[in-house]
Amino acid sequence: MLIIEADCGFKQDEMENDQDKILNDATSGEYKYGFYTDIDTDKIPKGLNEDIIRLISEKKQEPDWLFEFRLKSYRHWQSMKMPSWANLKIPPINYQDIIYYAAPRQKVSPAGLDDIDPELKKTFDKLGIPLEEQKHLSGVAVDAVMDSISVKTTFRETLAELGIIFCSFSEAVKEYPELVRRYMGTVVPYTDNFFASLNSAVFSDGSFCYVPKGVRCPMELSTYFRINASNTGQFERTLLVADEESFVSYLEGCTAPMRDENQLHAAVVEIIAENNAEVKYSTVQNWYPGDKDGKGGIFNFVTKRGMCRGENSKISWTQVETGSAITWKYPSCILKGDNSTGEFYSVAIANNHQQADTGTKMIHMGKNTKSTIVSKGISAGFGQNSYRGLVKVLRNASNARNFSQCDSLLLGDKCGAHTFPYIEVDNQTAVVEHEATTSKIGEDQIFYCNQRGISTEDAVGLIVNGYAREVINKLPMEFAVEAQKLLQISLEGSVG
Amino acid sequence: MLYIKDLWASINGKTILKGISLDVKPGEVHAIMGPNGSGKSTLAAVLAGREFVKVDEGHVTYLGKNLLDMSPEERSREGIFLGFQYPIEIPGVSMVNFMKTAVNEHRKHKGLDQLSASDFLKLMREKKELVEIDSKLANRSVNEGFSGGEKKKNEIFQMAMLEPKLAILDETDSGLDIDALRIVANGVNKLKRPDNSTIVITHYQRLLDYIVPDVVHVLYDGRIVKTSGKELALELEEKGYDWIKKEVDNQD
Repeated sequence: MLIIEADCGFKQDEMENDQDKILNDATSGEYKYGFYTDIDTDKIPKGLNEDIIRLISEKKQEPDWLFEFRLKSYRHWQSMKMPSWANLKIPPINYQDIIYYAAPRQKVSPAGLDDIDPELKKTFDKLGIPLEEQKHLSGVAVDAVMDSISVKTTFRETLAELGIIFCSFSEAVKEYPELVRRYMGTVVPYTDNFFASLNSAVFSDGSFCYVPKGVRCPMELSTYFRINASNTGQFERTLLVADEESFVSYLEGCTAPMRDENQLHAAVVEIIAENNAEVKYSTVQNWYPGDKDGKGGIFNFVTKRGMCRGENSKISWTQVETGSAITWKYPSCILKGDNSTGEFYSVAIANNHQQADTGTKMIHMGKNTKSTIVSKGISAGFGQNSYRGLVKVLRNASNARNFSQCDSLLLGDKCGAHTFPYIEVDNQTAVVEHEATTSKIGEDQIFYCNQRGISTEDAVGLIVNGYAREVINKLPMEFAVEAQKLLQISLEGSVG
Repeated sequence: MLYIKDLWASINGKTILKGISLDVKPGEVHAIMGPNGSGKSTLAAVLAGREFVKVDEGHVTYLGKNLLDMSPEERSREGIFLGFQYPIEIPGVSMVNFMKTAVNEHRKHKGLDQLSASDFLKLMREKKELVEIDSKLANRSVNEGFSGGEKKKNEIFQMAMLEPKLAILDETDSGLDIDALRIVANGVNKLKRPDNSTIVITHYQRLLDYIVPDVVHVLYDGRIVKTSGKELALELEEKGYDWIKKEVDNQD
């Protein structure tokens, strides 16, 4: 058995080798990011009330308007109930039993890399996310977030030369309050849903990105979310704004230690694309999914939404979901601008006792708007995988087009795949297509591979990656390899 | 090469093979013929290691090792190739990727380095020419949407890529028109070497016009009831299987 510790296969020239390695390496089926970093952490008391919210706001030295926003959200949240419509069995969550702010205490403030706490640096090295710019593949800038704070954002200066702002949310609040105020909450209002309201009340950090007019961001931007401290929740906010004629490709990754208790992650991501702008948002989600018996793991209740505000704008979501015990997540697009385009490509795995209820919403408001949905669910073990998607065409959205394809792949006979498509069309010129398939990896297919010398684990990897290829291919190159490995590892032990 | 001694095997409690013995030497081509339901495909399944067939009794020795102890993938890597009667479709997995994985597994087993992408593609090109396979097939998913003939040709192509020591071709001729039959048979003949062996399982004699066997066995009701030279195949073609059935039934 070989456990690759910090090999993330980021280098492009290694792509070929890696692709072979994926299928050849007998990697351990264990979650390999399950370690815990023993670092001094600044935690506030558990529980949630207005004092706690004031405390978070004070810790972050926030302006009054933001504190007011938090309070407003909190008061609204108190009037709400946790949604129960998803096809999920969620154990009761005691919101008073969670620590809402935990920050690794750094010995010195991270003005430059030399000042980063070596322990933190080591943690991110171990995760395959080197924080030294020269060590990193030159095409990727990273904002590294641990628990409630951003530890380091690389390539800030390089990007700034082009006028691109890429920094932690907290810094953005301090340095670009106008931009944050103008856009925050415009796509996901604080009243949107239970988890979004909760996030709006207690969010601690996250990433902020603004790409100015006419600029194509020359590198991948990414945020790496790490939960480390115990008994905490992670509530981050990401805000991406692509001004007119701009382009940005953004990627998010996430991991957490293995623990017996569940931890809550409730994030909000807002994207705004102005006229002729394009945003590509990719997620490789690898939260700790819990053990084989369903103990522990992250509850991932996330609101992600993009607004194609301008004409001819485009927002594309790609997600590879292998982690978290329970996933509740619907990255969506509001197609407001005429001729705007929304895309959603997803591979979601539910293995062992994992549950996933995920999909998208495509809201067609503008004329000639187009959306594409490709969802590939994979269920194994006792996993339950649901696709839930809404395609809505409003009255004025003439000539709207949607194509949805929802495929389910079952490994074994104790898992489940469910599809809940909702289609609401108020304009007669709309064309909405929906295709769905369900298939099983057959013994015959496995045996056929065996007979050619391919082991069962590798055969499953080959078949699953073949099945998911259409989505994986949408990921930035550097991460496609990583995602393939992840799929393979996540399903190890699920057949035979 | 392959030595089978008194092999009994069953599927779901029903005995299919009733004491088969067979000795295949390097360089030999054996044909196993017999009417439908006589156990031909079950024999192939046992040799390839399919789990649903239970071996109740007997030994199978392959290159001095106990074959029945080996997993299907080990058997493959040790040089056993099964040409499937009904090749399986694997959507989404390209032939290139599939074959590359298989070839590299075989190389790893032999202690060889993995082939580079360009060397692999070169090898594929050579073998495609050898078995006269349309090069477009290689870019498609494994067997998906292939015609019957294409599937069978694809089996021979895979055989060429893996260079087995013992090839078992299960009804490779079924469903082939005469041109495809010739291509498939030519492929098998071209791959023949003095040190590898072939077992051709077939219902009809016509494949044996192209692949000339050294020994012909007739399987009937789970037993080998007749073993002879290649002339036996012609006799069967002429007279059908009934006379053999009668002969056997009379003996019982």
